[in-house]
Amino acid sequence: METTGNIISIKGLYKRFPMGKDVFTALHDVNLSFGTGEFAGLIGPSGSGKTTLLNIIGSLDVPTQGEAIVLGRSIGKLSPRESARLRKESLGFIFQSYNLLAVHTVYENVEFPLLLLNLTASERHKMVLDALEWVGLSPKIKSKPPQLSGGECQRVAIARAMVKKPLLVLADEPTANLDAANSHHILQTMEKLNRELKTTFIFATHDEKVISYLKRKIYLLDGRVDNEELTEAI
Amino acid sequence: MIKFLLKGLWRDKSRSRLPIIIVSLGVMLTVWLHAYITGFMGDTIEMNARFSHGHVKVMTRAYAEDMNQLPNDLAITGADSLLETLKTAFPGMEWAPRIQFGGLVDAPDEVGETRAQGPALGLGIDLLSPGSREDERLNLSRSLVRGRMPDQAGEALLSDEFAVKLGVNPGDDVTLIGSTMNGSMAMYNFTVSGTLSFGASIMDRGTLVADLHDVRAALDMHDAAGEILGFSKSGFYEDDDSREMAGSFNAMHEGSRDEFAPLMKSLSQQGNMGQYVDITNTWSQYISLIFIFAMSLVLWNAGLLGGLRRYGEVGIRLAMGEEKGHVYRSMIIESVFIGIAGSVIGTMAGLFLAYLIQKYGINISGMMQGASVMFPSSIRARITPVDFYIGFFPGLLSTVLGTMLSGIGIYKRQTARLFKELEA
Repeated sequence: METTGNIISIKGLYKRFPMGKDVFTALHDVNLSFGTGEFAGLIGPSGSGKTTLLNIIGSLDVPTQGEAIVLGRSIGKLSPRESARLRKESLGFIFQSYNLLAVHTVYENVEFPLLLLNLTASERHKMVLDALEWVGLSPKIKSKPPQLSGGECQRVAIARAMVKKPLLVLADEPTANLDAANSHHILQTMEKLNRELKTTFIFATHDEKVISYLKRKIYLLDGRVDNEELTEAI
Repeated sequence: MIKFLLKGLWRDKSRSRLPIIIVSLGVMLTVWLHAYITGFMGDTIEMNARFSHGHVKVMTRAYAEDMNQLPNDLAITGADSLLETLKTAFPGMEWAPRIQFGGLVDAPDEVGETRAQGPALGLGIDLLSPGSREDERLNLSRSLVRGRMPDQAGEALLSDEFAVKLGVNPGDDVTLIGSTMNGSMAMYNFTVSGTLSFGASIMDRGTLVADLHDVRAALDMHDAAGEILGFSKSGFYEDDDSREMAGSFNAMHEGSRDEFAPLMKSLSQQGNMGQYVDITNTWSQYISLIFIFAMSLVLWNAGLLGGLRRYGEVGIRLAMGEEKGHVYRSMIIESVFIGIAGSVIGTMAGLFLAYLIQKYGINISGMMQGASVMFPSSIRARITPVDFYIGFFPGLLSTVLGTMLSGIGIYKRQTARLFKELEA
């Protein structure tokens, strides 16, 4: 797998949450970097801090201490508007429970991120059709999420995350609600997109099926990086 | 983007149709209840207007000074010509000349000797002219206990209690003994055509109602009337309009020093009726305000819950890169749309219901022993200009404020927290 340059650089990162009179430290002195085109995962049990770290990388949350630089921007220093812009232009999200807009069609769900980019209708149309073709859902274009299976919903979510061809896709437990066959199908789809579009994928997971596809495995325990494995030279 | 949001709004029933239905129902109830309370509270005023005060009343200046004593020696002369003047000057009003008087009613035996006698309050009204609305105005036909309405000159109605006391039945003759306009003794025979229930003890004890022309003949008041009552054609008392009308009429006679010059007074300018009108209006406003406040809380809450249950959707939109301000504004715009749609539909429905009750009334005669002159047999709503916009306070303002309040959470929470709620 080829990667070029760091797109994420995390140094001395702490995240603390107030819990009544106490403070809970979710992340302790995390130091990591990710290059373009990685297919990496944050692995660990519940409460290990993987989702918190993913949220900070995705500028959905801010560090308490330390620095997280994503695509050249320091997450802790971004204004809400700059944060939104980073997500809008460069990041894609895939969630455990798909989080599709139930009243909108597959086409409209995938089109939504493009509406925020002020593209023309014809540009959007082409990009949505391409994205749905990548995930093999072209025939379901007019369906609505409640009419789709779990696997199909997650493929729509992948198409929605990929439609604007972001530099970075963050996937939080993307296979948690899927059976084995669908999980493999989804993972193969993401692997293909990673290979063909050079998009960086970072997963937060403890699912063995997902772990088996990862090229880089970062093990978190109690908010600290416990171990790291590479299955392919980066 | 707007098209996308509108599609979502239209397709998601719980975001559009359900809130619109809730707002419509709330607004409909507000409008209807306001009109109903206005009508209900105004009914007592209307009863006073119909029976004795009119919406405006024209008298001579001298009569007005002692109007409580019903001084018919100070009555309007040339009443027919004044009536024509009033009809021409104020075409939006209906005019009813009346004579109120006091006297003795004597019930004779078969040889013409006095069998029973009692003091009576007399009321001379236009009962026999074609097109006269006095019967309807005073609810006389419906208040009949025995007999029938007078249909020819020389016939009169007695209060039923009085008739029983005198031992008089429909078809019997009675003699009115009173005083003419000029102070001499007046005696006039009437045939009792029927008896009435007034629903007020002072009137049930002794009242005689006869046609104006008979009373004029009896009291030697040719072409005279103690008072000319004016009623707005809408059937409702409007204080400002009535005062303005009285002011403009009196201005026409301002230069005259004649104590018999006509003087117009609005209902609220007569006796302590002004105070009563104020109290009625104030209570009507209090009741309406309490209901509007309660309905505002309901719709505020609906707006609040509508916003809170969309935190998940908000989370997705923020993750996709939509700015918080944009999400917040779109929620407010949606709630404005829902508020306006619900308020318009609710106002139309509320006005329609109120119109039906204004036109046909709610018949409450079944709840009473019988209809009477002083108590209308039906309660009516009354639509006022306020009803056209009052529903927008709870309908639009509360819905939008509720959404604004719930939307503040978008700013208060970390985006990641919205996500937690989304995942939940």
